[in-house]
Amino acid sequence: MTGDTTLERQATAAPDVPAIELKGISKAFGPVQANKDISIRVMPGTIHGIIGENGAGKSTLMSILYGFYKADKGEIWINGSRTEIPDSQAAIAAGIGMVFQHFKLVENFTVLENIILGAEDGRLLKPSLAKARRTLLELAEDYGLNVDPDALVQDIGVGMQQRVEILKALYRQADILILDEPTGVLTPAEADQLFRILGRLRSEGKTIILITHKLREIMETTDTVSVMRRGEMTATVRTQDTSPQELAELMVGRKVLLRVDKTPADPGEVVLDIKGLKVIDDKGVERLRGIDLQVRAGEVLGIAGVAGNGQSELLEVLGGYEDGTGEVRLNGQLLDLTGRHSDGQSRRARGIAHVPEDRQREGLIMEYQAWENTAFGYHHDPEYRAGVLMNNAAIRSDTAEKMERFDVRPPNPKLAAKNFSGGNQQKIVLAREIERNPDLLLIGQPTRGVDIGAIEFIHQQIVALRDQGKAILLVSVELEEILALSDRIAVMFDGRVMGERMPDQTDEKELGLLMAGITDTNAPHSVEEIERNLAHAPGDASKEV
Amino acid sequence: MDVMPKWAEVILVPLISLLLAAIISALVILAIGEDPIAAVNLMITGALGSTYGWGYTLYYATNFMFTGLAVAIAFHARLFNIGGEGQAMLGGLGVALACLYIPWPHWTLALLGATAMAALFGAVWAAVPAWLQAKRGSHIVITTIMFNFIAAALLNYVLVNLLRPKGQMDPATARFPEATQLPTLHDLLAPFGIEFSKAAPANVSFLVAVLACVALWVLIWRTRLGYEIRAYGHSESAAKYAGISPVKITMIAMIISGALAGMMAINNVMGEAERLVLNSTEGAGFIGIAVALMGRSHPVGVFIAAILFGFLYQGGAELALWTSIPRELIVVIQALVILFTGALDNMVRMPLEKLFLAARRARAPKPERKPVEPAE
Amino acid sequence: MDYLTLIQLLDSTVRLATPLLLACLAGLFSERAGIFDIGLEGKMLAAAFFSAALAAITGNVWLGLLAGIGASLALSALHGVASITFRGNQLISGVAINFLAAGMTVLIAQDWFQQGGRTPSLMAGGRFEGITLPGAEAIADVPFFGPLYAELISGHSILVYMALAAVPLTWWLLYRTRFGLRLRAVGENPASVDTAGISVVGLRYAAVAICGVLCGIAGAYLSTALQAGFVKDMSAGRGFIALAALIFAKWRPWYALWATLLFGLFGALETRPDVIEAVIGMRVQGQLLGALPYVMTVIILAGFVGKAVPPRAGGEPYIKER
Repeated sequence: MTGDTTLERQATAAPDVPAIELKGISKAFGPVQANKDISIRVMPGTIHGIIGENGAGKSTLMSILYGFYKADKGEIWINGSRTEIPDSQAAIAAGIGMVFQHFKLVENFTVLENIILGAEDGRLLKPSLAKARRTLLELAEDYGLNVDPDALVQDIGVGMQQRVEILKALYRQADILILDEPTGVLTPAEADQLFRILGRLRSEGKTIILITHKLREIMETTDTVSVMRRGEMTATVRTQDTSPQELAELMVGRKVLLRVDKTPADPGEVVLDIKGLKVIDDKGVERLRGIDLQVRAGEVLGIAGVAGNGQSELLEVLGGYEDGTGEVRLNGQLLDLTGRHSDGQSRRARGIAHVPEDRQREGLIMEYQAWENTAFGYHHDPEYRAGVLMNNAAIRSDTAEKMERFDVRPPNPKLAAKNFSGGNQQKIVLAREIERNPDLLLIGQPTRGVDIGAIEFIHQQIVALRDQGKAILLVSVELEEILALSDRIAVMFDGRVMGERMPDQTDEKELGLLMAGITDTNAPHSVEEIERNLAHAPGDASKEV
Repeated sequence: MDVMPKWAEVILVPLISLLLAAIISALVILAIGEDPIAAVNLMITGALGSTYGWGYTLYYATNFMFTGLAVAIAFHARLFNIGGEGQAMLGGLGVALACLYIPWPHWTLALLGATAMAALFGAVWAAVPAWLQAKRGSHIVITTIMFNFIAAALLNYVLVNLLRPKGQMDPATARFPEATQLPTLHDLLAPFGIEFSKAAPANVSFLVAVLACVALWVLIWRTRLGYEIRAYGHSESAAKYAGISPVKITMIAMIISGALAGMMAINNVMGEAERLVLNSTEGAGFIGIAVALMGRSHPVGVFIAAILFGFLYQGGAELALWTSIPRELIVVIQALVILFTGALDNMVRMPLEKLFLAARRARAPKPERKPVEPAE
Repeated sequence: MDYLTLIQLLDSTVRLATPLLLACLAGLFSERAGIFDIGLEGKMLAAAFFSAALAAITGNVWLGLLAGIGASLALSALHGVASITFRGNQLISGVAINFLAAGMTVLIAQDWFQQGGRTPSLMAGGRFEGITLPGAEAIADVPFFGPLYAELISGHSILVYMALAAVPLTWWLLYRTRFGLRLRAVGENPASVDTAGISVVGLRYAAVAICGVLCGIAGAYLSTALQAGFVKDMSAGRGFIALAALIFAKWRPWYALWATLLFGLFGALETRPDVIEAVIGMRVQGQLLGALPYVMTVIILAGFVGKAVPPRAGGEPYIKER
């Protein structure tokens, strides 16, 4: 592992030979065709974006390039020569590094140990560790990638962990760097910092593939972009020759309305009144550090923030499955935040419906059939029960009606939840929660992993519910979604509310600063300042799905 | 769509697993120089060829139904209760105390009382590991294993030092009073004019076990509690979201499990031995694991698997009697059943799934778009 | 209690702790790599039988040891196939292996020796004899150190010293070598190893194989050193005590030594009720003492005395996320 191999690789790559060329890649998981006859060419020293909706097959394609999955068909050419990549070892040998969306780090190892894992120089650790320490210093200088080599990974923030991942790839002399949705866990400022680093890497001759579903990132950072839809590559264009509108259409396959139609809100009485809400997790970490919020009838309060800054805990404590302290009132009446009357059932009885952030882990039992899921959480309701038994017939007929109204496809109450698409799963959850006529709807990441058609439907439902005079608390890491749906926006950082803004009086930049914990949004701020601020941010990669 | 049709899942997979276990068992018999076919014939005549054989087969099956149901209900809550053995031992203690110290007027009342005590003792023995799991996060597999050993030590102590009648050498209680003796199948079937072996130990507990199967089926698949238990078993995070308390479900599932395991004692202690001896459970608690795995944790499956294991036990005893094949052959078969239906499940399932997938593709050359999201 | 009694007690502590220590380290390798193994018991039992059987047939205890290791490795391979290759339930696989060993040993013993499921008693060459360390006889009469050296330190079979040497070796392997780093990583987050281009399956099989070798030595020790021949179910729950010790030791090699010595001491005391009576002034039932390791493990597991955190990926088959 010396610089020589790198030079060799670069030497053999003539300027008009693509660094990466994929020819006719296909991959199926059981009955699901994740990639279908995909071909792309990426020139060396460029940043190439791959954009597509959730489930379009982007990650699968890159995992194939990294040897994580094996393609059923197709060829991989690296620097003009055909390369077999049966496993990640081969990918690393070919100069490919990958930063996965979910970091692949050993939490109770140090940064240094994580860096050398798999790239040790000999059977004994000591020399490897010493060498890695030196190399790390050099890399830190070259690219501005500072990390504490002796810190345990579990003790450093998400942004830092991502750096460790990038350093891992660079330590392995990667010339081609793949980043899968790298900004999902970052604030806009951190993301900008990341893109600056990527720019530096490009100028050093590295080839970068950026997978994302965010149009803005593509437009701002890439040289070329490929669009994927339903496992197929629909287009590859030069970024400067395209527009966000065109890319969106290519992604979805039709004209897209990037806005939600809604009338101005007409807020009524305060429905949810939160004062000094605190949550301390199992490890003793304070996740919510005194939240004050109000949600009124007939308005959508959007909570913006980078994943892991307390939004999940806020939903959980309001949903009744995380203990908290402080005062929470619903329609003026105190809610129990601990003890026997603080659980999902009691909350539902009080008129709080909850569409959780993660429908697969929380909102649904994937093995249960649709009708069983329709009763989930409401299975003690009088109309659903018959003594100690469940009233299966009643639940089934109710489910059939709901599926009809919410256009769930296929409308089969006896199909297991896992067999529906993401959008249809979300509709099942939404139907269950909305149709109860709740006073307050908690809704987290309403359109994560949902196709665009369903996104429009779900957004319409949320607005319709608001127009019926319900209070809605919306949590989303997608700023665009927050801006489109909210009547008022609160930004959370490190377990606190940093400020509230009206959507028509703010923009992504201001919200981004708030998300980085900076309240004085008018003063100029340096990247370093933001970074300092984030050094101890509690970001949690596991919260990002 | 699921890859395999339901019938393949429910019948084909266990059947192939069982077949594999049978083939290897046959090879084992061959390897020790015996004839597998003759052995099977001998087992069938010995276990099913007479009412005497049936009486033993059903007696063993009764034990296994209780312990199998115990493991099954815990499985539904995704808890692996390896402690059926210890819970059944404690159940035996409960039965012994009930029979020895309460003057029952009639066996029916004695059966009710002893069942309650057996269930109570078994439940308590399961409740401690359950509480430790629910509240302290102690791995229930390890704690229930430990509780098996602790139960054995405790029972040993109690029998040797407390319950053994003066002057008696072997560590056992006194014989239970006559009023607590349960009617055997011979007694029960005689009024209907059916001749059933007098010597066989199968007794009224068999009916209790069948009732338990039915009750458990209703509990798991029809009640709201069963719905909650299964939901918790599938996804703890979802259960919490829905307001299903993990602590409550862990406790309830394990208490039911322990109670069922404990109830085995009305069969072996009250119905057969009529006194409590050391090692009265004879590993039935562990066989429950094989029975539950083979029965796919479904009460009907458990019923069938328990009968099959009852047959194996009685047949194995006959084999040991008439050939040079030791009774331990049954332990080997039991191991193979656990291995193939439990641990090597995927070995059978994966090729089958491929087969069904290929068949489906062949039938429909242009598959319709599946609404499933691929990797992301 | 006089000094010599103490030395004797500690001597039998070491003898009884040895199989526990070997099995405990075996479990450590497996579980550190993320494979739960409740089949230690079965592997020990199978090894005990095959060691004694081969030693009885050939009269050579080393061949016996090899056979024992071979048998244990075969069961390890089965565990590996079930839990690594076919991603089955590791606990259930372990249970199956325990029963398989319990049944097969008796079945084969009966077929080979017709002695009711035991092997013939092993003669001199078929056993591991105690080794007298240099100078033991010379200084035996020196007060204090003499008996300590001659009775406690010297005079054990080679397997005892191997077990003790395995402790620092395990520590070194785990914390100072590339293999150890990767092994620990695969038990914590197998994806990190996989994406680093190292085979998760290969590492886990290696760990399970080491576990098999150590269990094999533990089993051989039972039937060819601690006792002279195999009897039915002779592992007598030691595999589970080793498992308990592993939790007690929080999956660390040095702690494993102390934990198994402690449990060995309980075992030694069980056979010497007179010593306990002399020390604490009351009679303690042997059965209750025998249950002590289990009770202590439950208390440890309950987290009342320090929390034992198992390897994070333990028990979960590795499936590349979809």
